[in-house]
Amino acid sequence: MKFAHLIWGNLMRKKLRTSLTLLTILVAFVLFGMLCAIKQALIGSVALAGADRLIVRHKVSIIQLLPISYQARMARIPGVALVAHQTWFGGIYQDPKNFFMQNPVVPEEYMAMFPEFLLPPDQMKAWQQTRTGAIVGRNTAERFHWKIGDKIPITSPIWMRKTWEFDLVGIFDGRDKGTDTTPMFFRYDYFDEVRQTQNWGQGLVGWYTIRVKDPAKAAEVAKLVDQEFENSSAETKTEPEGAFIQAWANQIGNIALIVASILAAVFFTILLVTGSTMSQAVRERIGELGVLKAIGFTNGQLLGLVLAESCLLTLLGGSIGLGVAWLIISRGDPTGGLLPMFHLATSDLVVGAGLSVALGVLTGIFPALQAMRLRVAEALRRM
Amino acid sequence: MSNPTNSGEPLVRVDGVEKVFHRGAEEIHILAQLHLEVPAGEFLALMGPSGSGKSTLLNLIGGLDRPTKGTVTIAGERVDQLSDRQLAAWRARHIGFVFQLYNLMPVLTAERNVELPLLLTHLSRAERKKHVETALAMVGLSHRAKHFPRTLSGGEQQRVGIARGIVTDPTLLLCDEPTGDLDRKAGDEILNLLQALNREHGKTIIMVTHDPHASARASRTVYLNKGQLSNVPVA
Ligand SMILES: Nc1ncnc2c1ncn2[C@@H]1O[C@H](COP(=O)(O)OP(=O)(O)OP(=O)(O)O)[C@@H](O)[C@H]1O
Ligand SMILES: [Mg+2]
Repeated sequence: MKFAHLIWGNLMRKKLRTSLTLLTILVAFVLFGMLCAIKQALIGSVALAGADRLIVRHKVSIIQLLPISYQARMARIPGVALVAHQTWFGGIYQDPKNFFMQNPVVPEEYMAMFPEFLLPPDQMKAWQQTRTGAIVGRNTAERFHWKIGDKIPITSPIWMRKTWEFDLVGIFDGRDKGTDTTPMFFRYDYFDEVRQTQNWGQGLVGWYTIRVKDPAKAAEVAKLVDQEFENSSAETKTEPEGAFIQAWANQIGNIALIVASILAAVFFTILLVTGSTMSQAVRERIGELGVLKAIGFTNGQLLGLVLAESCLLTLLGGSIGLGVAWLIISRGDPTGGLLPMFHLATSDLVVGAGLSVALGVLTGIFPALQAMRLRVAEALRRM
Repeated sequence: MSNPTNSGEPLVRVDGVEKVFHRGAEEIHILAQLHLEVPAGEFLALMGPSGSGKSTLLNLIGGLDRPTKGTVTIAGERVDQLSDRQLAAWRARHIGFVFQLYNLMPVLTAERNVELPLLLTHLSRAERKKHVETALAMVGLSHRAKHFPRTLSGGEQQRVGIARGIVTDPTLLLCDEPTGDLDRKAGDEILNLLQALNREHGKTIIMVTHDPHASARASRTVYLNKGQLSNVPVA
């Protein structure tokens, strides 16, 4: 690039001004990265949701329980391939801040339902043979330095108000980058047995997951399921897994909208800051631009020089900003468990890079056009 | 490059040129039915009172502006008929400019400033370097190649300006008051340089100046007054 010296020299002409503008852009892109990671953490799993999975919950609310007897009835509905259930355990490991999800499930049907959880076959076998056995995701296992064979005490304020002790028999990994490997699963038969001894809550589960035979007919199946339990004591609401997770996230607010509006405000500010830097930069060197024109630089070349300068500025700020964000984010979930899927997605990085180029073009285009339209003879008079 | 002297055609021919500026509703007539011929190899000084239109005329010859009326022909080419785009390419090939205030890029070193016009050619990096070295040697500033303009004296800056003006070996070198901002000694050095370029390298030069001391170095002097040129100063 023959003109690199000229572009770089012009950018570095006012070092303080350039640095301040760069810093503004940088901060904005750190913010962009962080917000994207939070958004990923909150709604990223929507995209990972199985298209062939439906969630069946109590019509009134997710915290109302459903009878275990529904499982067999659902399995008989045409189009249903598999039914699994889980229940919110809400246990605490040592400290309430150490949040992660625990669910009692039936190992075979649950692992068949969620192939994104990868458990070695021998650990699966051990789990099937151990009534008090539990498996946990890699993320949580590493967080608390658990090893297979450990005894894990979990206190549940909901169930029996006692400390449950589980034998850790397996650690599973995630199949996809975004797969949540924070939860812990233990056996439903053990869970229900304890409930029976206390005669409280036995035979009730939190919600069901259904695998349909044909994803195209998922909506029909969902309707059939809800019809099956109409006018019963526990009516159901069935929806695709993605919609379910979305609704869950929406309890916090329309995340995507909030993120988008914060970013829009930030980038609008940057647009003004960078735009004014650039137009000032062009205004104070009208004479020099006139000289370049006199030497024989074409309008297109001058346009290119100014645009290259503004894009270099925003690309520099953008990539350093995204780099800093990536460094911060790769240190993991800052809330210690509330945002298990906190990560910077490749797609967000690409959007960020695109955004920085767009910002460069937008802030550079008007000064660049101004430079291009300059009449040489008049520009030279302004030296 | 064609050699117009052989055909008897002057290198520069300005014919019946008029220039009108508009300042609001007001029309300002600067040049009126102006004629000028400059043969190749001449060192012409252009004098005249401030505001008489010397820079305007130089801009017309250099293809920085178009006449309101009349024709400007340089080396057989009707410059007044070229489009903006064609003019830019034409200037890059044929014209070297030297300005009163040197007009160097403050962010570039002397050698990078001199290299600027070469960036518009197809020359390789190595060829550009050679040309730059030659031009800087001709103005006697090889030892200042890596210096930034602000660290050079006015006379040195103007020599860099001249090196930039001649580095592409242009058909015509146009200088607008090249010594206007320099003291007598530095001014003389610049005039020596221009004279050498004219005599030893055959450069055709048109130089605007207010200074009789400078015009004395030229091979001919013309005077602009009330939109017309004459060979004798008007009182
Ligand atoms: N673009 C323009 N618009 C309006 N008026 C102009 C423009 N360019 C030049 N003029 C006017 O034309 C006249 C001649 O200007 P020019 O710069 O050619 O004079 P000059 O002979 O070079 O003067 P000086 O010796 O002071 O440099 C001046 O009155 C100037 O104000
Ligand atoms: Mg002038």
